[in-house]
Amino acid sequence: MTLREQLIALFTLAHKEYQRVIRIWVQTIVPPAITMTLYFVIFGTLIGRRIGQMGGFDYMAYIAPGLIMMSVITNSYGNVVSSFFSAKYNRHLEEMLVSPMPNWTIILGHVLGGVTRGLIVGAVVTGIALFFTRLQVHNAWIAISVVLLTSMVFSLGGLLNAVFARKFDDVSIIPSFVLAPLTYLGGVFYSVDLLPEFAQRASLFNPILYMINAFRYGVLGVSDIGIGTAYAIILLFLVGLFALALWLIGRGTGIRE
Amino acid sequence: MQALSIQGLVKTYRNGVRALRGVDLDVAPGDFFALLGPNGAGKTTLIGIVTSLVNKTAGRISVFGHDMDREMAAAKACLGVVPQEINLNQFDRVQNILVNQAGFYGIPPRLARARAQEALEQLQLWERRREIARNLSGGMKRRLMIARALVHHPRLLILDEPTAGVDIEIRRSMWRFLEDINAAGTTIILTTHYLEEAENLCRNVAIIDRGRIVEHDRLQSVLRKLHQQVFILNTAEPLAALPPLDGYRATRLGEQEIEIEVRAGQDLNTAFERLSDAGIRVISMRNKANRLEEVFFHLTDRSLDEQLEAAHRQ
Repeated sequence: MTLREQLIALFTLAHKEYQRVIRIWVQTIVPPAITMTLYFVIFGTLIGRRIGQMGGFDYMAYIAPGLIMMSVITNSYGNVVSSFFSAKYNRHLEEMLVSPMPNWTIILGHVLGGVTRGLIVGAVVTGIALFFTRLQVHNAWIAISVVLLTSMVFSLGGLLNAVFARKFDDVSIIPSFVLAPLTYLGGVFYSVDLLPEFAQRASLFNPILYMINAFRYGVLGVSDIGIGTAYAIILLFLVGLFALALWLIGRGTGIRE
Repeated sequence: MQALSIQGLVKTYRNGVRALRGVDLDVAPGDFFALLGPNGAGKTTLIGIVTSLVNKTAGRISVFGHDMDREMAAAKACLGVVPQEINLNQFDRVQNILVNQAGFYGIPPRLARARAQEALEQLQLWERRREIARNLSGGMKRRLMIARALVHHPRLLILDEPTAGVDIEIRRSMWRFLEDINAAGTTIILTTHYLEEAENLCRNVAIIDRGRIVEHDRLQSVLRKLHQQVFILNTAEPLAALPPLDGYRATRLGEQEIEIEVRAGQDLNTAFERLSDAGIRVISMRNKANRLEEVFFHLTDRSLDEQLEAAHRQ
């Protein structure tokens, strides 16, 4: 396959994934919009009023970048894990496996699908946030690049989950027992400075902390973590997870007998 | 250069089952080839390895001269596969399924849409192009899988039980279609349980049993190896009783129907002369179907009924 043919295969898969997101928008876009609206109403308006300021901003403005990132993370992950696992379970993944498209295009095509949904949901949640608070943009390049890279990291995470999943229960275990706790403890609703020292140190092992803080820096200009460290951690995960996915798909783990 | 060349193919599953025990097989370009075998013989594993859905344990495979290990993309580009089980994206539209499949082979969108139309028209599915795959009938889904396998114009088409569960009318229209694309130059490998299908369509045959090829020859040569053939004769007038037919085993099936067994060294002419001497006029004759079933029985020591029984027990 020439590079042009490989790119056509990649575009085809990415477009197919985009069409899937749009086709089932009631499942992919509406629920996170409703959930995040409730977060803004309950945590931002009702409870936030009593909290006052955090990091020099109204509590509502402080949590808005965290909630946007939370929706990007869960939706990027959820999109790929569900799409790849259903393709594997219903066996139409074989359409790709029997074709000459290289493994990197299969991985990247699904990742682009996850990023698409992550960005659409992120944009919708940003729109909702603007009903509740004013959001400045401290550094658009940092904000956009962190969202993109984080979305790619969690799309890859969803793909790896789907590779190992054997039944539908396996698809929900990681989001429920790993992803949700790490996201809630990743500084969406608070600054780690509020935590006792032990908890602060423990939080540094949570990669989501770096992503949320890097995005918050891009939007508000405040962060609990150095921005360079955050980029390094995100890129490390991105390269590591992509290499792992490439190796697993290449040896046929979970997809070939 | 062979369309498909397999040498020393071995597959041992993790649970220790040896599905293939050193398979050697060549399929010539342009052939219509039948791969037959009892349930669990290794047919689907063999096809799975050729289409890269199953990892092999040992051996070499090349498709039109492209080694599957060293030139996998080039080898895959020559292949089209119709699997045994429905593996369509049930929620996607018919046309999208084909356009996407073409795209996976690197075909640009505009050409992909033209190819999809061509394949859907060939398989009489163009009118259904906007339908969700899930809403198609079983026969239409089978035809859609054939269309999908053909959208990139493969040189070698592999069909694993393509007409399973399809009614006789659709099966025969599929046969005509497969004959046409074979005549146009596409090499076809077919696995089937309908032995009539293999007898009607295929020129060469391999019979696989317990992971080994036990017969690999022209279909006619394989059939000639049978020691006997059974014919059904229809008579012009009702028979009160069957006259003695020395040397032939004959049975009266109905008032105007005789089953006669012709063994090696015997000929039909003599049988007809004896029937004629007894005043019996034969108006038509047919070879009893499923002659390949006899070959199965001889080569695998298992009849199809026994195999089906074994499959039910599993």
